[in-house]
Amino acid sequence: MDEMSKTSRRAFLRGSAAVAAGTAAGTVSAQTPDPAITELQDWASYLGAGVDETPYGLPISFESDVIRRNVEWLTASPISSINFTPIHALEGTITPQGCAFERHHSGAIELHKDDYRLMINGLVDRPLVFTYEDLERLPRENHVYFCECAANTGMEWAGAQLNGVQFTHGMIHNMEYTGVPLRTLLKEAGADISLDKWVYVEGADASSNGRSIPMEKALDDVLVAFKANGEALRMEHGYPVRLVVPGWEGNLWVKWLRRIEITDRAVESREETSKYTDVYEDGVARKWTWVMDAKSVITSPSPQMPITHGAGPMVISGLAWSGHGQITRVDVSKDGGITWETARLGKQGDTKALTRFYLDTEWDGAPMLLQARAMDDTGYVQPTKEQLREQRGENAVYHNNCIQTWYVDVEGKAENVEVS
Amino acid sequence: MSKFLNIFLPAASGTALALGLAFGLAGRDYNKSTIESLEIQLDQANARTSAAQNTSDAQNEVVQALQDRLTTVEANLAAAASQIGSVAEPAPLKADTYQIGRLALSEEIAAWDVDVLPDGRGLPVGSGDVFTGEEVFADQCAACHGDFAEGVDNWPVLAGGFDTLADEDPIKTVGSYWPHLSTVWDYINRSMPFGAAGTLTADETYAIVAYILYSNDMVDDDFVLSQENFADFEMHNKDGFVLDDRAETEYAAWRTEPCMKNCKEEVEVTMRSVFLVETPPEGGSNSVMNSATIDGLPSFSATGPAFIPAATVAPKAPAATKAIVEEVSAEDQEAQLINDGKKVFKKCRACHEVGEGAKNGSGPHLNGIVGRTMGSVDGFKYSKVFAAALDDGLVWDDEALASFLEKPKSYMKGTKMAFSGLKKASDQQAVIEYLRTIGE
Repeated sequence: MDEMSKTSRRAFLRGSAAVAAGTAAGTVSAQTPDPAITELQDWASYLGAGVDETPYGLPISFESDVIRRNVEWLTASPISSINFTPIHALEGTITPQGCAFERHHSGAIELHKDDYRLMINGLVDRPLVFTYEDLERLPRENHVYFCECAANTGMEWAGAQLNGVQFTHGMIHNMEYTGVPLRTLLKEAGADISLDKWVYVEGADASSNGRSIPMEKALDDVLVAFKANGEALRMEHGYPVRLVVPGWEGNLWVKWLRRIEITDRAVESREETSKYTDVYEDGVARKWTWVMDAKSVITSPSPQMPITHGAGPMVISGLAWSGHGQITRVDVSKDGGITWETARLGKQGDTKALTRFYLDTEWDGAPMLLQARAMDDTGYVQPTKEQLREQRGENAVYHNNCIQTWYVDVEGKAENVEVS
Repeated sequence: MSKFLNIFLPAASGTALALGLAFGLAGRDYNKSTIESLEIQLDQANARTSAAQNTSDAQNEVVQALQDRLTTVEANLAAAASQIGSVAEPAPLKADTYQIGRLALSEEIAAWDVDVLPDGRGLPVGSGDVFTGEEVFADQCAACHGDFAEGVDNWPVLAGGFDTLADEDPIKTVGSYWPHLSTVWDYINRSMPFGAAGTLTADETYAIVAYILYSNDMVDDDFVLSQENFADFEMHNKDGFVLDDRAETEYAAWRTEPCMKNCKEEVEVTMRSVFLVETPPEGGSNSVMNSATIDGLPSFSATGPAFIPAATVAPKAPAATKAIVEEVSAEDQEAQLINDGKKVFKKCRACHEVGEGAKNGSGPHLNGIVGRTMGSVDGFKYSKVFAAALDDGLVWDDEALASFLEKPKSYMKGTKMAFSGLKKASDQQAVIEYLRTIGE
């Protein structure tokens, strides 16, 4: 930086401190008493809502903008479409079911527990049919896992597209699932569990989304889940039973799971050939790209969460996750990747689950190029967009786990940008 | 923890025994020599007691130190365990089975197990030709996919796009991209037509697949597809897929200690967001082209931004807002007013019940209050001023309600109602409108 720009920067900082009228310079003194304190408020005098006014509670009306949102022009019909989790406005790691993103291929169906059947057939000693009640009689486990659509951040291959972390990174949610390990059901049916076998799973809806899972994964940590965050799954997430395939792309997490078939090869269904495959620059496609690599993003500040308090102490907050295991470290840069600081992990996340990170810092009021970079317990470092493009070109749709950049201007507004 | 306590407890009880003996003996009437002897013994006992006490204190300190140590170790262990995140035991797997579930019948398996493998296993007996396929396609598929499988709007294009896979925007169709014919048959059979899945016959499905191949110039118009020639058919892009190779091409290189300082000389913004996204309160989103350019944005170096752009004046609220407000219909306004009134009524309901089964509380129920004669609810013990109003036949019309609600104690001097009133005329009106919706 040359002398002149240094001077102009100092001059700016002096100026902004004056404009901010004390917000940047320590404790503020009030000029007049605050009526929120000195006047008797309605809520401090009159009575509030009684119990049972809302037998199943919803967020207070003031939070009504914290909702899933879709981008209509992305798909031909909302029946076969996706919407986005409002991750900009959420904190911690657990995604409330009511605002967790939805992805349907033929719409969300209403399937009653009493009408639910799960079949296991194919290379098994005993082809079986389970009812919902049957599943609740088998030993079950609880695990927190993220579910990320393989297309999350897919738009960004072509450059900075939609201005909002909800839209660039919102095809993700993170819930505590309760379910029966898939291996228990395989054993119950006397399945051939040799490692060259496949487990084909299929949904009960009209799309009958079907995917093939290699036996090794099926025996590892896959869950046949019937609860999320302590309550029944929501219709839009596969009520009454969905598959949970930890760390792997969301399309494998078959909703309304109705059939499990042991096969001697992958079915190579529509969703695992024509979709959810990655075409690289040379026109050759990668298939069976199941694992979601380590990724992170700053959720605040971000385009939907500008800095409104002016210069001074602030918290940079974000999410990190890896389909390979645990997040071990997240670094944050304010200058587009020239300098990095290691962020604080809010709580060590579970394996294949979201981890919250914080950089407790001071904003000097100058523009920033904010980035986050995750590392997982395999030592993998989240790549830049440039690194990904060097490997794969720009034609890929899925598995974009690049470092995201927000340009924060002097007013604290943030914008989705791409940097050199 | 208890293990350490057990070790040190015998030493402590030994001390108590010595003290007990010493004091017990000192109280007896013996001769002088005996006394002297006993005094010496007592001194010795005291000395021993003192020594034992010192030892005990020292030992207690050790116990405390060890306990503290153990507490720390246990806390560290718990913290470490929580970091591993997998202290929970996995669900048990029995040596034999749980005998849960029932055997699936062959009819049931036949009904659901209809997927088709790349080698053609799973295909039913049947056949279909291109001409039949064209008819069925026009009838069942063309609304979305177009008469020639070219795709309508955002719906999938099924034909063409050959040799575009290495282009900037590859066109991935059944012809150009799909590696297996089985996938086409399987998907159409199980999932199409959109909104009427599972309704096609096997022959219709064969015919549609034949027509899609024809649309891709992959077969002639006299082609007939059946389970017999199916497995022989090779797709254009059958060799266009390789297995996930990230482990070799990416992980190997990207599992390294990352740079923390001076990682680049300079960073410039090369592209700004194409779309700004509006998020209206009713949900969804509106994408608006971003007119801002990268001009005027600072580049960054290790010392920070090259310059500080001037803050722009925040744009004024769009004038359109007012127009939108004026367009709200009378019905909507009325509904809004009633809704507002329901909220304001929260101030009243501690004493006044409304709705079905409403009873008198501290105040009378308010069902049908608008237009009701004052002081007329049976069973409620009114103040004198309301008893008088009843005698005079006064009625709760809008005006009376508004005046009363504004300042109850001045409008009805002597009312027992403790409420201080609704200052805002809009609140008074809203509550009246809300109460008007509640009948007898």
